[in-house]
Amino acid sequence: MSNYNVVVIGSGPGGYIAAIRCAQLGFKTAIVEKYDVLGGTCTNVGCIPSKALLDSSEHYHNAEKAFAEHGINTTGLSIDFKKMIDRRGNVVKQNNEGIAYLMKKNKIDVITGTASFVTKNKISVAVGKGEKTEIESDKFIIATGSKPTKLPFIEIDKKRIITSTEALVLNEAPKHLIIIGGGVIGVELGSVYQRLGAKVTVIEFLDKIVATMDEDISREMLRFLRKDGMEFLLSHKVTGAVVNGNEVTVSAENKNGEKIEIKGDYCLVAVGRAPYTTGLGLENAGVKLDEKGRIEVDGNLQTNVPGIYAIGDVIKGAMLAHKAEEEGAFVAETMAGQKPHIHYNMIPGVAYTWPEAASVGANEQDLKKNGVAYKSGKFPFRALGRARASGDLDGFVKVLAAKDTDEILGVHIVGARAADLIIEGVVAMEYRASAEDISRMSHPHPTYTEAFKEACLIATDNRALNM
Amino acid sequence: MTELKVPSVAESITEVTLSKYLVKDGDYVELDQPVCELETDKASQEIPATIAGVVKFVAKEGEDLKIGAVICNIDESAAKPAETKAAEVKETKVEKKADVKKPAEVKQTTAPVEEKPKTEEKKEETKQSYAANTPSPAAEKILSEGDVKAKDVKSTTGVGGRITKEDAINAVRAKANMPQKEAFSRGERVEKMSRLRKTVSERLVYSKNSTAMLTTFNEVDMTAINQIRAKYGDAFKKKNEVSLGMMSFFAKACCLALEKFPSVNAYIEDGNIVYHDFCDISIAVSTPKGLVVPVIRNAESLSLAGIEKKVKELAIKGRDGQLTMDEMTGGTFTISNGGVFGSLMSTPIINPPQSAILGMHKVQDRAMVIDGKVEVRPMMYVALSYDHRIIDGKESVSFLVAVKDFLENPHKMLLGADPVELLIEI
Repeated sequence: MSNYNVVVIGSGPGGYIAAIRCAQLGFKTAIVEKYDVLGGTCTNVGCIPSKALLDSSEHYHNAEKAFAEHGINTTGLSIDFKKMIDRRGNVVKQNNEGIAYLMKKNKIDVITGTASFVTKNKISVAVGKGEKTEIESDKFIIATGSKPTKLPFIEIDKKRIITSTEALVLNEAPKHLIIIGGGVIGVELGSVYQRLGAKVTVIEFLDKIVATMDEDISREMLRFLRKDGMEFLLSHKVTGAVVNGNEVTVSAENKNGEKIEIKGDYCLVAVGRAPYTTGLGLENAGVKLDEKGRIEVDGNLQTNVPGIYAIGDVIKGAMLAHKAEEEGAFVAETMAGQKPHIHYNMIPGVAYTWPEAASVGANEQDLKKNGVAYKSGKFPFRALGRARASGDLDGFVKVLAAKDTDEILGVHIVGARAADLIIEGVVAMEYRASAEDISRMSHPHPTYTEAFKEACLIATDNRALNM
Repeated sequence: MTELKVPSVAESITEVTLSKYLVKDGDYVELDQPVCELETDKASQEIPATIAGVVKFVAKEGEDLKIGAVICNIDESAAKPAETKAAEVKETKVEKKADVKKPAEVKQTTAPVEEKPKTEEKKEETKQSYAANTPSPAAEKILSEGDVKAKDVKSTTGVGGRITKEDAINAVRAKANMPQKEAFSRGERVEKMSRLRKTVSERLVYSKNSTAMLTTFNEVDMTAINQIRAKYGDAFKKKNEVSLGMMSFFAKACCLALEKFPSVNAYIEDGNIVYHDFCDISIAVSTPKGLVVPVIRNAESLSLAGIEKKVKELAIKGRDGQLTMDEMTGGTFTISNGGVFGSLMSTPIINPPQSAILGMHKVQDRAMVIDGKVEVRPMMYVALSYDHRIIDGKESVSFLVAVKDFLENPHKMLLGADPVELLIEI
């Protein structure tokens, strides 16, 4: 007799959503979390705390750079970094408590400890020093997430050479932060410290930043971030990093093999994240991994072992909290005999830099590569009344539509509120709207959303009204 | 405001059922655009708008209405909504554009479309959208769970033929309503009897209770007719654009036999017997809505081709629910063919006020003794149910024997008797 119908391992956004949906569907559910607090990477050392710091630093940045133009004069502006970090802590704490409340409300047992499979129906949870408890369940959902990837030739001391986790709990604002990796995490954290006054140097192996996004977005972001003073060394391969007291020296070489050295007080290694399955005892259950160390799943997100499912960063696909959430609900409903769907092509990606960048669907370089006939409509926020009023003029909305049918294939936004605007693209694409469909829908004036409509007008017929 | 009322459909009809609306409440309708479908005892009929305007429903779907009752109001003062036109233009434009490369040409193609495309055309184009049958995220889940394929769903509410949640729910519900075999199920289903079914049941019981009905049987050797059909079938079809079936032979044989035995073609009416100088043959046709009995008028005067054409026409109308009251009233004698469903023998029920009905059955190869030898022959049992009040046993049996004789010796049908006997006047 099993203790539970479903046990979820990991309480990140994928895991806790899966647990709630399981409970809603009538499964007796437990969730196992290694740390004392619920929420996983997203809540504790990822999305939430980074956004807390991004917003704090943005306020400071605005006060310093933008207020004067609005007729607000400030004197004696200063940063209480400790308070900023403490606030971040409080935000995280409130989220932790929120998730704990949701577990209680849905009558989900929370078990704190490290889970390890004993058999395919049993896990052992290390709950304290040497203490273990065994839990049996009909089904398991593995949602153990990911950890920052390390580089073999760089030792992360977590003091001067750090990962995103440590970058969110520093005791001081860095003076010169060197970031290895120009992906979303790198540029987001770079933005934070740049705004707080640090010099930021980003070293990227490729010739562009945020490489997964549309090339236009990537170029535009690079332009804005450079304008704000961030330094970029593109097409540079990092060869090492050494700590000497309070100083970090990062060595790299460019395409031509010329060596350079950069000195700073902190080095953030942000070269991606890797699935995390250490200590999970997958071999005891017989769960297979793929060549990249991810748990292999089928179309129902079930592993090769019937009854064991896996979701989120630990399986293939984009490492995004909202992707994990969709998968969590998907697995719960699938186990209940329902037939849900996930359209992976329509999971939006967001970078919370300033300005923000967000995209959904195909990007232009993919369409070109795949020989898809498309049209493009790009409208700058600068031409909108709302943007002029607020002073956030940077960026654009770009809509890509099929040449023959006018169906929207991709939406790419860089600019103020891009992260929130992108959802219109998601809804449009889920319903297979054409660019003309969107351009015939009333968009409130004055808002940033008008750029979406105008971009659609351009994509449809090149007949923007406000440009 | 103009009232749209239940029209007088036929003399005997006092009540109809509003089976369904063909427009939505608040829709703008054009003059003569069908607004709703009424079901009468015998047929269903579309009711066109008597004036253009905005429809306001009064009666509900499924409601029984007396003749002259108000179905709905049409507000002719309401302006034709602009959105309808805009939507039409838009739909059309997206379609047109797919074929057109240069923006300059787009303008030209859209211009004539402004001239108010017909509603039907709009529907057609909506279906043709590239997104037709694309389910919304919620609809997709509902369809998967209901095991319904998106391509089989009729989109009624989605833009460009998209499948909305409502469409998906309706599609899955429709599928669930189809009879499904479930082990040990004790489920029951209650459905309102359709008006047609009610009428059929009342008339059949009335027929059984009010006549002295009995049935005589015989069998027909179909060899001769089969030979004719095999030999002349292609030429007949080429000339008449209709197949040479069995029904024309049976109708013709019955007409000739009815002339010989007029009481089989007669009615009892108010203590009198009404004889007919014509043969209006009712043909029982199975339709999706139930059994209907359209009439071939003056079948005695029609050629075989004429009969076949009429049978085909009535069968198609019956299938599509297009039969009018006129086409189903009257009839002096009925032929029912249970053979198409495989029936070997049956006792048909008289269609009052008629006095007799011929039942055709399945043709089956059977061993027959012909001139002292066993031979394989294509045989059909025939049954004649008759009202013994006006048809005596001798007449009914002789009638059926005459039908059998005509069918087995089709050359006799040419002149209503054996040509040779006529020639030598015996």
